[in-house]
Amino acid sequence: MTKHTLSVLVENKPGVLARVSGLFSRRGFNIDSLAVGETENPEVSRITIVVNAESSPLEQVTKQLNKLVNVLKIVELDPVQSVQRELLLVKVRADRTVRSQVIETVDLFRARVIDVAPDTLTIEATGTADKLDALLRDLEPFGIKEMVQSGLVAIGRGSRSITTGPALRAA
Amino acid sequence: MTRPTPETIAHRATPAAAPAVAAPVTVSGAASLVKSLEALGVEVAFGIPGGAILPAYDPLFDSKVRHILVRHEQGAGHAATGYAQATGRVGVCIATSGPGATNLVTPIADAYMDSVPIVAITGQVPRPSIGTDAFQEADIQGITLPITKHNFLVQTPEEIPQILAQAFHLASTGRPGPVLVDIPKDVLQAQTTFTWPPTLDMPGYRPTLHPHGKQIREAARLIAGAKRPVLYVGGGVLKAHATESLLRLAELTGIPVVTTLMARGAFPDSHEQHLGMPGMHGSVPAVYALQKSDLLIALGARFDDRVTGNLDSFAPGAAVVHADIDPAEIGKNRHADVPIVGDAKHVIDELITAVGTPPGKGAYTAWWATLDDLRERYPLGYEEPTDGTLAPQYVIERIGQIVGPDAIYAAGVGQHQMWASQFISYEKPGTWLNSGGAGTMGYAVPAAMGAKVGCPDTVVWAIDGDGCFQMTNQELATCALEGIPVKIAVINNGNLGMVRQWQTLFYDGRYSNTELGTHKHRIPDFVKLAEALGCVGLRCENKADVDKTIEAAMAINDAPVVIDFVVGKDAMVWPMVPAGTSNDAILFARDVRPDFGDDDL
Repeated sequence: MTKHTLSVLVENKPGVLARVSGLFSRRGFNIDSLAVGETENPEVSRITIVVNAESSPLEQVTKQLNKLVNVLKIVELDPVQSVQRELLLVKVRADRTVRSQVIETVDLFRARVIDVAPDTLTIEATGTADKLDALLRDLEPFGIKEMVQSGLVAIGRGSRSITTGPALRAA
Repeated sequence: MTRPTPETIAHRATPAAAPAVAAPVTVSGAASLVKSLEALGVEVAFGIPGGAILPAYDPLFDSKVRHILVRHEQGAGHAATGYAQATGRVGVCIATSGPGATNLVTPIADAYMDSVPIVAITGQVPRPSIGTDAFQEADIQGITLPITKHNFLVQTPEEIPQILAQAFHLASTGRPGPVLVDIPKDVLQAQTTFTWPPTLDMPGYRPTLHPHGKQIREAARLIAGAKRPVLYVGGGVLKAHATESLLRLAELTGIPVVTTLMARGAFPDSHEQHLGMPGMHGSVPAVYALQKSDLLIALGARFDDRVTGNLDSFAPGAAVVHADIDPAEIGKNRHADVPIVGDAKHVIDELITAVGTPPGKGAYTAWWATLDDLRERYPLGYEEPTDGTLAPQYVIERIGQIVGPDAIYAAGVGQHQMWASQFISYEKPGTWLNSGGAGTMGYAVPAAMGAKVGCPDTVVWAIDGDGCFQMTNQELATCALEGIPVKIAVINNGNLGMVRQWQTLFYDGRYSNTELGTHKHRIPDFVKLAEALGCVGLRCENKADVDKTIEAAMAINDAPVVIDFVVGKDAMVWPMVPAGTSNDAILFARDVRPDFGDDDL
């Protein structure tokens, strides 16, 4: 099983996310990560889905997705040919004795402190899943009180845009 | 009757070509709905009113759209399906919110599995009440998400004409299927402006009708090199109205033809190149032909498990040309060496051009010799019961022979369905209606009703079982009152026959909950039931009376007729490929394996 990143352009209408995510569950796929947002065209939303699957059943899901009336285009993004990012917000235990060490770690990862309380720091970091995992590993000894992670978003490298590039049309 | 091409159906549903052009008028949402149905050319809708849909029934009262008041929403759904399958037009059914809508779920799922163009219109609770567990509220859009081609929850009355036009376009074009339109009551009541035609706005919907020339040439190349090719014909050929083209392709190439359960009637049963139906209860030559083929030319078929048996051992030596209008079907179950996306009519017509002038049947002399030998040794047939009971196969066979190939036959699901597919000769498209993919017991009576409404000048028979019949016979009251003289042959073996057959074969004859009591206790008495529902009830219990009972039914044209054919319970459907096993394990009769002389190919 390999991880695949699909960018799905859909009409920005109610219920479309349910149609897309429902298709994955119906065909027995587990979605690793999901992110949805508007595109440069407010009538079009972009769903970024990361799914663990063999390529042949994934092709079947892609074809089924293409059949959804509200789906405009599907592109699988190659991890090398695209930039992939996640956002992490994490609240770390950081009283006066360790605060400077926490901030040192934050700086090392080029993350940012976005909220300060007497005994905690809240940190914002973006990056690849690997980078965020490494940051979390380094923060863990201080004590993680709470964390939240966004779904992965990804965009192809170079000047080409998927609104003009070739769609993933199987068969 | 000339059948419309996919293009003309698409035209009918395309506002640009719709006859009606309406200047803006101020009307209620309900009137906008009814005007849209009229503009779309809808002649009939099957339904039941109720609270949330009630506003729509007021303008419907004065409309030229005929509304047929059914007795159960499931009947409305299957009637729309039967109408659509018999006429090629979009079937329409209407229900209210909540239970009315959920009663449509089974026929919608059924139409989805068999790719039948129907539009279901449901009432919904008023917009401010949605999500509050209001009286008779059900999230029918959510419920039908996986069983519709698409569905809509109408948000404003202004959208009604556009959504209706899109619903009909979606249902009838590309791979056909059911579309549901859910309309909140306050949207029906609000004032709006009706204009026609609306614009279709579906940028994500572009079905591919014309196949890729390269793929067609590649398919023609494989056909030219094949020694044991088979045309594996599915329901898509009927939906694309491609049967005449299929006949030309078959006769031009001399390739053997098999028609799946959904494609019965797509190729004349009387044609010498027709090997019959493949699959679990297919003919020995049809099953064998697929298994031993070196080239399957699948046209509008989907390699269903009932056709392939165990997939890993299905047609192991065959290359596959797979043509379907739905790209997701291609390669779903079986790898396609040559995938062709397109409408079956265009695919076949272009294949005819691409194959040029092939050598004809003479090119496959050895192949035909083997198949003809199997045809001779393993014809479809049945044994006379030894206990003096009436053979169900005989009854069905005689109905087919007496009524003839011009009639429409609708079957329920089970043994009688398989026998009706085997022992009636289908010569014409649109004459065989059944629930293939979903296997919906209770399909026959309402589907026959819908077919008769769509084809009033055609004789329509339902071949039903005593189990199936008890699920939906309430629609006979509809038939009696609305002047829909269908004929229902209840093949009454007193049992859930197909389940009983499996119990005989796979559960040591432990008949758990399959005895229905229609023999032992005559409950219900189908003749009395028929009469209570305003139909003529007839009964036939022995072979000598079969013909005259069928003829008596044929002579009655002013009322629906129900015949209780009391048949033996031990008859079984043969041949049979036991579920999950290889097609090579086909049994011609119990414990009788055909001799394929496996070294001859």
